[in-house]
Parts: sequence; structure tokens; C-alpha cells
Amino acid sequence: MRRSWRRPVLFAVAGLLLLVVMSLLVGRVALPANTLMTLWRSDADPLAVLIITELRLPRTVLALLVGAALGLSGAVLQGLTRNPLAEPGLLGVSSGAALGAVIAIHTGLALIWPLATPLLGLAGAFGAALLTLTLGRGEGVLVLILAGSAVSGVMFAGTALALNLAPNPYAAYEISMWLMGSLADRSWDHVWLVAPFLLAGLLVLAGTGRALDALSLGEQQATSLGINLRSLRLQVLLGTALAVGAATAVAGAIGFIGLLAPHWVRPWVGHEPRRVLWPATVAGAALLLAADIGTRLLPFAQELKLGVLTVLVGTPFFVSLLLRLRRSAP
Amino acid sequence: MSLLQAQDVCVSLSGRPVLQTVSVAAHGGEFIAVIGPNGAGKSTLLTVLAGLLAPGRGTVHLDGRALSGYAPRELARQRAYLPQNPRCDWPLPVERVVALGLTPGLPAFGGFPPADQARIDTALQACDLYSRRQQSVTTLSGGELARTMLARALVGDPAILIVDEPIAGLDPRHALDAMRRLARLAHEEQRLVIAAVHDLTLALRYATRVWALSDGCLLADGPPATTLTAELLRELFDVAACVSGTGTSAYVDYA
Repeated sequence: MRRSWRRPVLFAVAGLLLLVVMSLLVGRVALPANTLMTLWRSDADPLAVLIITELRLPRTVLALLVGAALGLSGAVLQGLTRNPLAEPGLLGVSSGAALGAVIAIHTGLALIWPLATPLLGLAGAFGAALLTLTLGRGEGVLVLILAGSAVSGVMFAGTALALNLAPNPYAAYEISMWLMGSLADRSWDHVWLVAPFLLAGLLVLAGTGRALDALSLGEQQATSLGINLRSLRLQVLLGTALAVGAATAVAGAIGFIGLLAPHWVRPWVGHEPRRVLWPATVAGAALLLAADIGTRLLPFAQELKLGVLTVLVGTPFFVSLLLRLRRSAP
Repeated sequence: MSLLQAQDVCVSLSGRPVLQTVSVAAHGGEFIAVIGPNGAGKSTLLTVLAGLLAPGRGTVHLDGRALSGYAPRELARQRAYLPQNPRCDWPLPVERVVALGLTPGLPAFGGFPPADQARIDTALQACDLYSRRQQSVTTLSGGELARTMLARALVGDPAILIVDEPIAGLDPRHALDAMRRLARLAHEEQRLVIAAVHDLTLALRYATRVWALSDGCLLADGPPATTLTAELLRELFDVAACVSGTGTSAYVDYA
């Protein structure tokens, strides 16, 4: 038992470290690898130090945090719904965050104060979560999911309306660019603003493992095993609102990471929901960081948007997953 | 020894009365077979007794304390409940599904206490599943899955075991095995076992008591030898039956 997980953990840590180093060196200005070694020396190139500490480091931290939030919430929601196709946007939280951020851009608040976008995004996420909770009163999981998709629909409509009524073409362009998801030009201010919410969300979600395991036997058996479904639903909704809300508020809508990460780790850790949680968190962080490096490496005149890349790469995986599910189903 | 009492329990589901003033009491050491036609309210009675459904009227007490007063985990440590046709939504190994039966005693975080592995192995062996412990439950046959779920219910060694049709879909040998095991739990370990069954011969042979339900009412309550009569079976199921033999060679035959 002990031997079987040591290797994957070492592998994951090494992979993550490699990605972090790459993320610090790769970009519009490619830095040589020894920059990292000389970073603390007094004769270090001040421009390189500035690029790494003020641009690439916060961007890297955000990529890891956002990826972790998407990966963990995807794993938790797949466990809660007992459906391998569930993803973090299921409860309406991410479309709420998107609407909040879009309102900040639409009203011009974002121009006056850049942090207005993530702040209103957070507010939107919590508004959506409250709405989902109110609509999805009761005990079952299904009613919560239905409420979530209703809230999602309303939030999407609101976003479309904001785009529709954009005061000028520039605002419309800004909104549609933001909706594609990106981590470019994020500063430490962004990190400090969303990290507390995001980390709190990760903690709340991580505590659901035991209940999700029991829930694989269905709601009735889980209840008979002492699981309080009502508080589990609340825990998942709160954790998702905090983690995914903060992630979407700072990075925009980023698809497929939350869906992909749990599936990616299951061949190694098995299908027990609790055992998928932490590996999916790490996988989400790694996948998103790799995708962000990809946006910087691909040779386009304009930097490719992160959300565009994750969907481009994620879709083939999604289709292959559907095909595999079809094959294994009787 | 636990004492489970239901007093004047009434349940309506979407406006339709399912249980009408049912009063029953049972204590540790009894193996109760709940019989009755489809839709008689057997499953509803079991969920009410398991504390999973609050009755519209009436009360259920465990050891003199209302079931509604128990914390879910506290209750879960004392009674195990198995619904009809239980299934598992993820392709987990048999062993891990059985381990889920230990959930109420586990802390929220952390690994699995090594001592629990012995309990899991015992439950697996008792249900003749030890050789299949690594197999995914989604690849099991219906009967094997039913045995896995029975092992899941037994693994926590509950004082009260409430099972809904535990032998549906089992082959004769495993059905006999399961009934014997439930009977032994009651006789030797003084557990209270309540099971809904449709196999009247096995109920006659192994149960210590029979509750006969019809249209949400308790029609008969007593030891199987004197309760399971041709008249009762005609009234319950509208069949001409003949009950012969005694003890473990008794059987119910249909004309």
C-alpha cells in the first residue's frame, strides 16, 4: 500500500516543481535558467528580478491556486452527484462570478480600480450560491443541481445582457476578452484578494471526503450511515462558492480543468471519492499551470487566452472519456 | 439488549396512506420476517423503524428514547439499514464497499485504523466474498452484489439490523446461508434483525417472529409456526397455500 503511492507522489511533486520553474522563465521575455540562481545576488539583472517577482511569480501562484480550486471542486461535485460528468460550474457559482466581473467592466468600475473586477466577481459568486441555496431547499442532491443549473442560466443571460447593452465597442471587447479567461497581468494584489477565499474554500471542500464515500451507496444508505445530507450540501455549496467563486473572479471562466483533473488521477488512485480529492487538486493545479505556460509559448501575435486553450485541449479528452464510458457501460 | 418500539405509526406518501396506525415492538435476540404483498408498506415500515423517515403520526422509540432524538451518527453506530436493491455508483473494489459500513465510527479525516481490516475480512468471509475482495462491484452479478451489501451492513456489528429483501436474487445456497446468518446473529449474539422477505419457507424456518402487513395495516404478529397459516396466506396474497412440516424442515407450498 505504502509503496504504491510513494512513486506517484514523488512524480507529482517533481512535475509541479518543473512546471513552476518553467512558468517563471517562459514568457514574452524568455529568461535563461540561471536567472533563478542569481535572483538573490546583488548583481542580478534588476529587470529580470522585476519580471520574475512582480509578474511571473504572482501569475504562477494564481495558476496553481485557481487550478487547485477547479480540480478539487470538480472532484467533490462528481462525488456529490455520483456523476463523472459533473464540473465546478454546476452550482451556478462560476457564472455568478462571471456576471459580477462583467458588471464591473460594463460599468467602467474596472477602469477606475482594477481590483473591482475580482471583487464584484466574488460578490457575484456568493449571490449565485445564495440563490441556488434558496431555490434548492430540501434534502436531496438532485434539487440542488437543478437549482444550480437554473441559476447558471439566469447568470449567463445577465452576462449576455451586459454584453448586449455594452456602452461602447471597447467595453464589449473587454467583456468578451475577460470571459475567455486569462491570468495575464495579474499582480500580487489579485493574489492577496482572492487567496484567503480560495484557500478557505479548499479546506471546506476537503472535509467532504468521508461523506462523499458513503454517498456512493446512494442517498438513503448514506443517511443510514450517519451522513447528514443537508449539511453536506451546504458544505459543498459554501466550499464551491469560496474556491470556484474566487478562482473565476480572478481568472475568468476556465473550462474543463475541473472536469478533467479527477478523471486524470483515477487510474492511479481508484474511484473512491475521498481518495480522488487531493490528487485531483494537485492535478488541477498542474494542468492549469501547464496550460498557462502553453498560452505564453504558442507563437501567436496575441497571447492565446487561457480559457480558450483549456477548452481546445480539454474537448478531445472529454470526447474520449464519453467514448470510454459508453464502452464500459452495459 | 436493544428494544425498538413503534406506537400508532401512520405514514402518508404524496397523499396516499401507506401505513395506518401500526404498532410493533421488538427486542434483541429476535429475527423478525416482515411479509406481505407488494405495496403493503413493508419498506416504509422498515425505513420508519430505521429512523430514516419520520412518521406523520405516532412515535418510534429505541431503548426508551425517541429515534428523532438520536444524532444520525449515534444511531448509525447502533443500527444498520439496507434498502431494496442497493447499488454502488462508482466501480469500487468489493472490499472498499464493505468498508463503508464502518463509516459511522471513523473520524472525518485520516486513514483507516488497521484493526478495521480484520472486521472487513471477517464480513467478507461470512458472505463468501473473500476471493472477490479486489473485484469491482460494478462487474459483480446481482446476487454477488446483494451479498456484498449484506457484508457492508454486517461489518459494523450493529445491535439492530434492518434489511429490505436481503435474499432477493440470491441462489438457494446463498439465500439459505444469508437466512442462517441472520438467524445466528439474533440467537447467538442477541442482535435484533428485521428483514422483509418474500420467501415464506425460509421465513417459516428461520424467523422467530412474523409481522404480516396488508394495505398498511398490521394483520398478524407472532411466531411463524402459529402465525403463518393457510388462512393468513390466503388473506395476504390471495393464494391457496399449504403449510407443512416443523422446524427447519417446514415449508410453504402453493396450490
